[in-house]
Order: sequence, then C-alpha cells, then structure tokens
Amino acid sequence: MDFELTDEQKMLSETVTRFVAETYDFSKREHALRSADGWSREAWAALAEMGLLGLPFAEEDGGFGGSGVEMMLIMEALGRGLMVEPYFATVVLAGGVLRHGASAAQRAAIVPGVIAGERILALAHDEAGQARHTLAARTTARPAGDGWIIDGAKIAVIHGQSAGTLIVSATTGEGLGLFLVDARADGVSIEATRGYDGVPVASVRLAGVAVGADALIGEAGTGAAILDRSFDEARAALVAEAVGAMAETFDITVDYLKTRQQFGVAIGSFQALQHRAVDMLMQLELSRSMAVLAALSLDGDADQRRRNIAAAKAQIGKSGRMVGQEAVQMHGAIGITAEYKVGHAFKRLTAIDALLGDRDHHLARLVELGGVYPAE
Amino acid sequence: MNLEFTPEEIAFRDEVRAFFREALPDDLRRKMINREHLEKDDTVRWQRILNARGWAVTHWPVAYGGQAWTPAQRYIFQEEMALAHAPEGSPFNVNMIGPVLCRFGTDEQKRRFLAATANLDIWWCQGFSEPGAGSDLASLKTSAVRDGDHYVLNGQKIWTTQAQHADWMFGLFRTDGSGKKQQGITFLLLDMKTPGITVRPIETIDGGHDANEVFFDDVRVPVANVVGEEGKGWDVAKHLLGSERSGIARIGLSKERLSQLRSLERRLAAEGVLTPAEHERLAFKLAEVEVELRALELTQLRVVSADAHGGGANAAASILKVKGTEMQQRMTELVLELAGPAGLATAGHDWVSAAAPFYFTMRKVSIFGGSNEIQKNIIAKTMLGL
Ligand SMILES: Cc1cc2nc3c(=O)[nH]c(=O)nc-3n(C[C@H](O)[C@H](O)[C@H](O)COP(=O)(O)OP(=O)(O)OC[C@H]3O[C@@H](n4cnc5c(N)ncnc54)[C@H](O)[C@@H]3O)c2cc1C
Repeated sequence: MDFELTDEQKMLSETVTRFVAETYDFSKREHALRSADGWSREAWAALAEMGLLGLPFAEEDGGFGGSGVEMMLIMEALGRGLMVEPYFATVVLAGGVLRHGASAAQRAAIVPGVIAGERILALAHDEAGQARHTLAARTTARPAGDGWIIDGAKIAVIHGQSAGTLIVSATTGEGLGLFLVDARADGVSIEATRGYDGVPVASVRLAGVAVGADALIGEAGTGAAILDRSFDEARAALVAEAVGAMAETFDITVDYLKTRQQFGVAIGSFQALQHRAVDMLMQLELSRSMAVLAALSLDGDADQRRRNIAAAKAQIGKSGRMVGQEAVQMHGAIGITAEYKVGHAFKRLTAIDALLGDRDHHLARLVELGGVYPAE
Repeated sequence: MNLEFTPEEIAFRDEVRAFFREALPDDLRRKMINREHLEKDDTVRWQRILNARGWAVTHWPVAYGGQAWTPAQRYIFQEEMALAHAPEGSPFNVNMIGPVLCRFGTDEQKRRFLAATANLDIWWCQGFSEPGAGSDLASLKTSAVRDGDHYVLNGQKIWTTQAQHADWMFGLFRTDGSGKKQQGITFLLLDMKTPGITVRPIETIDGGHDANEVFFDDVRVPVANVVGEEGKGWDVAKHLLGSERSGIARIGLSKERLSQLRSLERRLAAEGVLTPAEHERLAFKLAEVEVELRALELTQLRVVSADAHGGGANAAASILKVKGTEMQQRMTELVLELAGPAGLATAGHDWVSAAAPFYFTMRKVSIFGGSNEIQKNIIAKTMLGL
C-alpha cells in the first residue's frame, strides 16, 4: 500500500495546478464564457502544448500512456479552475471510446489531431425519453452498401457544437454500435446551447446520415461494452474534477469566514458556522479518498472496478451537493451572484452529479452489483 | 381539538377557489406552472385583478383595504392561491411598506401612497442591506444628513430586488452615528427618479437579473418622507420584518409543487423514462417529503390558531421560516434529480430546462428574510433562553 505520488506525478500536479491558477482565473473564465465559442482556444492550445491532451492515450498513438492517477491529478486541477474547455468531452469521454474500442487505423486517423489540439470530439449518446443512463439507444444504424445510414436524435452532447467529429451510439441489427460521424456531414444538424454549468452542450439530429464501413468503432454490438468501460473511466475523471471544484469552494469559503465581518466579528467566529465548515472539510476528504480509489480501480478486475467507481460517484454526488449548498449558504447573498466563483462551482458540482449517473443511480447500481465490499 | 374546517370556512374556500379559477389569466398560470420568469407587467396585471376584488392586501387594516378575516380564512386564501398557480403580488408593496405605512405613516403619507401601493401603481423596492450590513443590518452606514427641508443621502445599498423596476424605495439610512448602532437610523421613502441615484444590476446564478446595487450620490429627499420619527427607523424596520407571519412557510406553494412532482412522476414512469426501481425510489422520497410537509402544515395551523387565541407564537414564525424554506428547497432537489442530464441545457421552456435554474435560485430562501442561521439564533434566544 502506498498513497504517495511519484516525483513525476507530483511535478505533473504542480505544473497543471499552477497553470490553472496563473492563466485561468475567474475573470479569464468569464471572458472565455462570453466569447463566441464559449470556451478558450488559447487555453486549449496551452493544454496541448503541455502534452496534457495526449496524456491518457497510448504511446503508440502518440500519447503518454498515463494512468488513472495522472488523469486524477489533471482533472482535479481543471476542476479547481472550473475549466469549460472540452477536456472531459474530447480527451476523457470520446477519447475513452477510442482507447477502448477503436482500431489502430481509426486511432491513427484521429488521435494525433486530438493530441495536437486541432481536433475536438464529442460523444452523442443520451436521448430524450429514454431511461436514464441506459447503454441502449433508439437512434438506429442500418447497413447500406458498404456503410451505414444513421437516424435519430441525441441530447446533452457535451461540446457537441465544438466537435469536428462525433461519436454516435446507434442500434444495429446486432446491438449497440458506435460510429464516427463528421459533424458537417449531410443530415447532421446541431442545436447549440449552454449548460447551466457554463459548458457548451448541444442537441444533435441525425437524418439519414451516411457513413462508411470504417466509421464503426469495434463491431456492431460491442458498443455497450465499450461505453461501459469508457464511462467508468470518465466517471473516475468526474470524481477527480469534483474534488478539485470542492477543494476550491472550500478554500474560498474558509477564507470568507475569516474575512467577512458581521456583528463586529468575523463570521467564522460563530460556532454554528465553524462546525459546518468542518463538515465540508470531512466531505472533501472522503471524496478525495474515493477519487484515489476510482483512479486505482480502472485497470483491475472489471467487477471490482464497477463497484468502486459506482461507490466513488455516489460519494461525490452527496459531497458535492453538500459542499456546494453550504458554501453558498455561508456566503449569504454573494454566494448566489454570477459575479462570484462559488456559485459557479456549486453549479458545476450539480452538473457532475447529473452526468453519467447521479448518486441514486450509482447506489442502485451498487445494490445490483452486491455492494462495495465483495461477498466472502 | 378538531381538524375540520367549519361549513363557513368551506364555503369561503369554495368562493376563493372559484375566483382564482376564473380570474387568473391563462398565460400567467402557464408561466407559473413552467416556472418562467414573470415580467413586471405580469405582476402588476395580477395584483390589479386581486385589488379589484378587494383581495390584494387582505391583511392590512380594514380601513385601508384589508379584510377582517380569521386566521383560518387567511390560511385558506394563501393555500388556494398557491394551488391555483397564482403568483403573489409584490411582497414589497403588500407585506412590507403597506403595513408599515398603515401603522407609522402620517395622514398625508397614507393618502399619497396606500391606495397606489395596493394597486401597484407604485412599485416599491426595499433598501435595507448594504455591503457591510447583511445579517447585522443595524450596522448600516448609508448616510442621510439634514440640510434644511431635505436629507442628503450618500452611500450604497445592495441586493435591492427589482430596483430596476421600482418607482419608489423605502429604506434605512443613518442620520446619527454617535450612539448605539440601532439608534440614529431613519426610515425614509424616496422617489427613484431623484437625481444622484444609480442602479447597477447584479446577475444571479440562475441567470436572472432581479438583484441590484443602488448608489446614492448627494440624493436629496424631503424631510416629509420620514416614516415614524427621525432616528427611530429601527423600530419601524423591526415591525416590518416581523409583520408577515402567517404565510412565511409557504406551505401552499410547497403543496402545489408536490402535486406537480407527483404528476411528473406518474408521467415519466408511464413513458418508461423512470425504470420501475427508479419510480419506487422516487415515490419513497415523495412520501418522505409529504410526511414532513403535513407535519409542517399542522404546525403552521397550530401557530395560526394560537395567534387567534392571543397566544404569543412569535418565535414559532422562525421555526416555520426554517422548516418551510428547507421544504421548498428539498422540492427543487427532487425536480432536479428527475430532470437528469437533459436538464443541463438551459434553453427551452419546459420543466426540464427550468429545473436547475429553479434549484439554484431557491438557495436564496434560506439566506434572505433573516437567514436560517439567524432564525435559529432567535429561537435559541427567545424560546430557549440561551
Ligand atoms: C435573492 C435575494 C434578494 C434580496 N433582496 C433584498 C432586498 O430587496 N432588499 C434588501 O435590503 N436586502 C435584500 N437581500 C439581502 C438579504 O437580506 C441578506 O442577504 C441577508 O440579510 C443576509 O446578509 P448577507 O447576505 O450580507 O450575509 P451575511 O450576513 O454576511 O451572512 C453570511 C453567513 O453568515 C451567517 N451568519 C451571519 N451572522 C450569523 C450569526 N450571528 N450566527 C450564525 N451565522 C451567522 C449567515 O446566516 C450566512 O450564512 C436579498 C438577498 C437575496 C439572496
């Protein structure tokens, strides 16, 4: 057992954390949100330059073969900055599908562009009116000549409007398939909006979209297994991002308790608030522990991975809500203004719970899987 | 003890219910159901409909347009209003400045303001809080210095809800800084068009623009606009803050939301969006909320009835505020959970896209009106003697 980071990991963490603190403060983030894209190409280029976009990809694909721990460190740092750039959408989520499902030829065609920061990917899986977090889709892909014709509609596509390439889940005759779709292809229409957390999000319609045989990732019917694996990796990343957002929220709140004066004293002198700040700290530390568990579970036994990831996601659903709500409350009115970072962290923490299964979903999943601790 | 309404009360309920059904414009009902933002004009329109019926300011003294209702009638009225999806009028007019003027206003102030306030011909805002004076309101600093027949105001208010729409402000200003902080505060009425007033909007996390900063730069206010006496504004403010008791928990609103949640629950289960297991979990949570809501409702009725029998239930208002706001917030969590990832997108005009902004904005209810921490301090002090 060893909870120490290696020197290299420490350096990675320090570098990314410093990068976020120095180049992506709250006003920079506001600026990015107000830009036409709604996110910062400049910050994205900087992430590419630091090699972070290639971190989880294999060395033979031009990446660094980073592990879950490195991903955790990066996501925590990005979480502190509440970064709205497509790191999660492209590198983690869609990238995960490529890592766990795509052929060498597909990866060779796409991954280098991603690593260079030139190519944005988005995963289009969720649909309206479907059971939540199902691995099935109503969108269909039917064989046509050498390729496929895709029809359907997707919602909650994170950074769908930013992406050049979409990965679309669709039901084939043999089960769920995942398809690479050019976002500019005929029949694709994208309705761009923004999530309440500031992150761009889109609805995507696919009307008779023709793709070639080489668009299919894995085989027709392996889509669910690929998503299952990729989603767990993405959940671990979200857990780490939540830890970053919570840590930032906690620090700002404690600072505020020390500086805000009412009744002639710092409000942090009231025990009613002290205990609640301590409760926040406890939730943060529990979440941090679960982020480590999640990061270390990715490459092990699949059954144990699922249990651990579900446990971690359930934990941060609870902690994130508690930390966000308490931070807002202890700030008073300033906590709910858009001009202050805490409210935005609260919103991002809310979104993280909603993504890829909320707390209830994962608790139920744990019940199905037989609990956190495997039976003797 | 008896939980039944009397036949008279039931007849009253039916009358109120019928009125709301007929009088509430459809577009307003729809906006309320979808949690859409109400425009100023929406609120004005509705308050005038209520006022025409004599029901805009029911708890004001009868002489000024109020109704001599029993506490049970007031309770029924509020509950029916919420169940009908009717908006509330302007709280600043109805619950704050109106009762204050009825009690402390000069004859001239009453003549000038009361009828116009009830009809929302004047839109009021509340200038109490300042950057340095929130929970500790009495530490406010914005100054009013006497100069002949006028005061000259300098300083800043903050969080002033809907100041951008307001015709007039009622506020607290420091006319004397030499004594205890509760002394030397004066309650003033000012025309928002007076030169030297600047309103700056503050955006909130739900994307709304209801909050503002208001700056005063040598703003001249006639001495005739003092309410009560110079330097005695704190007493007026205390009266105002304590005046609206019976509706503070907003049970009717929570009941209406619960019934909306129930129909959503059924619809989503029928559509297969909720799996049977998810449905069961949700039903369980709703049952839990319902138990607490019923307990709170009965507590409120006990308070109301103690009021009617002259019992001193003042600190009970703090209990109702804390538990009532917790209930309102809990309801928004459940809707948020139901919306799921589809609720991320903020475009659209349905309950799904309204779920998250509503959850965010309702965090305010435990902050304003005396934060829930301050309410608990009041309970500890006045009920427990701690
Ligand atoms: C949406 C909204 C609308 C508003 N509209 C208006 C308006 O129209 N006009 C107006 O004048 N004001 C308005 N307010 C301001 C409101 O009255 C204040 O927010 C409130 O008084 C709290 O003050 P504060 O925000 O400065 O928080 P603070 O007083 O700084 O409190 C910060 C935190 O410390 C806690 N705290 C403070 N003192 C104690 C204590 N003694 N013990 C334990 N905990 C304590 C508080 O509960 C809170 O959690 C509005 C506020 C909101 C959120």
